[in-house]
Amino acid sequence: MSVTAGSAPAVAFANARLVCPVQGEATGTLIVRDGAVAGFMADVPADAAVIDCGGKWLAPGIVDLGVFAVDRPAFRAGGIVRVGLMPDQSPALDDPGLVQRASLIGRPDLWIHPIAAATRGLDGIELAEMALCASAGARAVGTGGRWIADSGVMARVLSYARDLDLAVVAHAEDGGLAAGAVATAGETATRLGLSAAPAAAEALAVARDLMLAEETGARLHLRQVTTAAGFALVRAARARGVAVTCGITPAHLLLDDRAVSDFRTFARLSPPLRGEADRLAALTAVADGTVDVLCSGHQPQGPEAKRLPFADAEAGMAGAETLLALALTLVRDGLVDLPQLFAMLSRAPARVLNLSAGTLEPGMPADLLLFDAYAPWRIEAGTMKAAAGNTPFDGLPVQGRPLRLWKGGREV
Amino acid sequence: MIAGRAVFPHRHLLGIQGLQPHEILFLLDEAEARLDAPADQPPLQPLRGLTQINAFYENSTRTLLSFEIAGKRLGADVVNMGVAQSSVKKGETLIDTAQTLNAMRADILVIRHASSGAVQLIADKVDCPVLNAGDGRHEHPTQALLDALTIRRRLGGIAGKRVVICGDLLHSRVARSNILALTALAAEVRVCAPSTLMPPAVERMFVTPYTDFDAALDGAHAVMMLRLQTERMDGAFVPSPREYRLRYGLTPERLALAPHALVMHPGPMNRGVEIDSAVADGPNSAITEQVAMGVAVRAACLDVLTRRTRRVEGWA
Repeated sequence: MSVTAGSAPAVAFANARLVCPVQGEATGTLIVRDGAVAGFMADVPADAAVIDCGGKWLAPGIVDLGVFAVDRPAFRAGGIVRVGLMPDQSPALDDPGLVQRASLIGRPDLWIHPIAAATRGLDGIELAEMALCASAGARAVGTGGRWIADSGVMARVLSYARDLDLAVVAHAEDGGLAAGAVATAGETATRLGLSAAPAAAEALAVARDLMLAEETGARLHLRQVTTAAGFALVRAARARGVAVTCGITPAHLLLDDRAVSDFRTFARLSPPLRGEADRLAALTAVADGTVDVLCSGHQPQGPEAKRLPFADAEAGMAGAETLLALALTLVRDGLVDLPQLFAMLSRAPARVLNLSAGTLEPGMPADLLLFDAYAPWRIEAGTMKAAAGNTPFDGLPVQGRPLRLWKGGREV
Repeated sequence: MIAGRAVFPHRHLLGIQGLQPHEILFLLDEAEARLDAPADQPPLQPLRGLTQINAFYENSTRTLLSFEIAGKRLGADVVNMGVAQSSVKKGETLIDTAQTLNAMRADILVIRHASSGAVQLIADKVDCPVLNAGDGRHEHPTQALLDALTIRRRLGGIAGKRVVICGDLLHSRVARSNILALTALAAEVRVCAPSTLMPPAVERMFVTPYTDFDAALDGAHAVMMLRLQTERMDGAFVPSPREYRLRYGLTPERLALAPHALVMHPGPMNRGVEIDSAVADGPNSAITEQVAMGVAVRAACLDVLTRRTRRVEGWA
C-alpha cells in the first residue's frame, strides 16, 4: 500500500509486529498521519518521525465494552483507549446531561462512550429518553446489571432502540430465579450454604431477549453469556439471522464456581461463576466464534464493599489491567489467533457501539497499543493501578503486558 | 501415641469441614469424659480468669444459654453480646466489631451470624480462638458434635448406622454440619425434603436424597427432624403447614415404619408440624438428651480451644 504525502508529518511505527483484526498479522511499519492510520509499509518513509517498536506487537487499542467505573489509571495500564460505560452509575445514566458529562470527562486520553439507561432509573418500567441521550453522546442503551422483568417493556425498549439504530446491551439473568442468589446452584454453593440460582436462569433470559430481538429486528448485545445453554441459543438465533452479539469476561473463561470456596468475595461476580462444564462450553464458544466480545467488566470495589460476608459483599471485579494478559492465554492455548483476539477486544466492541475504530485499516483513528505478548508478571491485588484491587486472580503469574498506548496518534 | 496439640491442631472451630474423623472423635471423647465424671467430684475450673465473649448477631435462646452455662461451669468470665445491644444496629461493620472485640482481649469468641462465612471472616481478624455457633446456612459444628454424641451413646456407635435427616435442608446449617460429621464417621446418611427445600447437588456430599419420607425411614436407626421456619411454610417453599405435616411430619404412624429409630430434633420444635408431640415426648425421643449433650460438647470445645492459651502441657 502506498502512502501519499499529506499536510501533516507522518509518524512511522517501525519494527513492529502488526496485529489487525481485519488485515491479519504483518511485520513492518505502520504509518500514521493526522491522528489516523495511513497504512502498512515495509520501509520507513524519509520524512516520517520514527517510533521504534522494538519488534513488539502493535495492535488496535482495546475497546472495553461495559465497564462500571471510570478508572483512568487502570484503563491506561490495561491498554484500553475507549470504554463503553455502563449506565449503573449513581445516579443512573438516564438523562442527557449525565450522559454528556460522562462522555466528555475522559478526553482526550480516554474516550468514554456511555451506554445510556434504556429505562428511567434502570427500573425497567418507563422508557428513558434514548434519542436525547444518543445526541448527548450515548452509543448504545442498556439494562445495566439488571434484568427488565416485564417482557412488554423489553419489547418496547428493543423496538424503540432499533428506530435509533442503537444496540441494546442486556444483562441476561432471569430476575425471578436469580433473586437473592449470590452463586450458581451446585456443589460449591451447597457446601458453603450460599443462596444460589440454577445456571438456567441465564438461558431463560437469553431465550426471551433473543425472541424479542427477532420480533423487533433490534440489535441485541448480551453483555455476558456464560453457560452452554446460553451459547446454544445464541448460535441458533444467529443462524436465523437475528442481529445478536455476545460477550464474556476472562473470569468466566478461566475460573469456575470453585473459586468462591472459602467465601472469597473477590470471586463474587454478576453473573456468578459457573460450573466447570459451562466454563468449558464458554471456551468452545470463543474458539468457534460464538463469542464476539471479550470485556473486563471492570468494577473496582474497595474493602467496604468486599470485606463482608459473601452474600453481603458487592459483586464485581477490577478487570481492566488484567484483561490483556488473561486474554492472551486464549492465544497461547490455541483457541484463537492474535487477529481474532483483537477482533474480540477492539473491533467487535467498537461495532456494537457503532464506532469507526478497533482495527488498523487505513482511515481508522490511530488508537494503538504496543504490547509485549510474553512479558511475565504476577497479578497482585495490593499493587494494582485500579481504584481497588478486587481481582479473583490475585497471585496468578501471567504473561503479556501493555508497553505504550496512543489515542488518535497522541501518546497517552 | 499422638497427644496434645498433635491430636487437634486447629486454632478455631469454624465447621466440621476440614476436621479429620479422628479429630471429631477426639472432641466427642472429651465431651463424653465430662458426662461420665462422678457427680460428687468438685468441678474443675480450667478456664478460671479467661474471658469468653458470646457475640450473637442472630437471635438464639438455647445455643446462647448452652454456651453460657458451659463457659461458666469451666470457670470462665462469660460476657454475652446480643445484636439488640450492639453497635451493629448503628451500622458498624462486622470487621470493625471484630477488631473491637479483639482489642478487648477476649480469650475465646463464640459467634453466631446470619450470613454464611461471616464467622470465618471474623476469625481471620482476631488473635483468639473463635468458635462458630452457627453462620447463615453454612455450618453449626457444635450441634453436629452433640448430635453425633447422642447417637453414639444411645446406639453404641455411628459407623454403619442409617441416619435420616428430614426437613428444610436448603436453609439448614444444622443439616450441613451433620451431613459432614456423620459421613466422616461412616454413617449412612439419607436426606429427605420436598424438592423445593433440597439443596442442589446434595448427593455430592455423599448422602442419598429422598422426597418420600416413608421410603427414607425404611431401616433407619435414627431420624433427625429439622425445624421448618414459619415464614417458609405459607406458600413460599411448601403450600401450608398441614400439607407439610401430611408428607413430612413425624407422626406415630410414620415412626412405626422404623419402630426402633432414635428421634432427634435440634429445636425449637414446631409441634404438630414437623413432629407430633406423641413422638417428641415418646420413648424413642432423644431430644432432651441432645440438650444435655450440648453443654458437654460446648464445654469440651471451649476447653480444647483454650489449651494453647492456658499453656496446658503438650498444647502450648
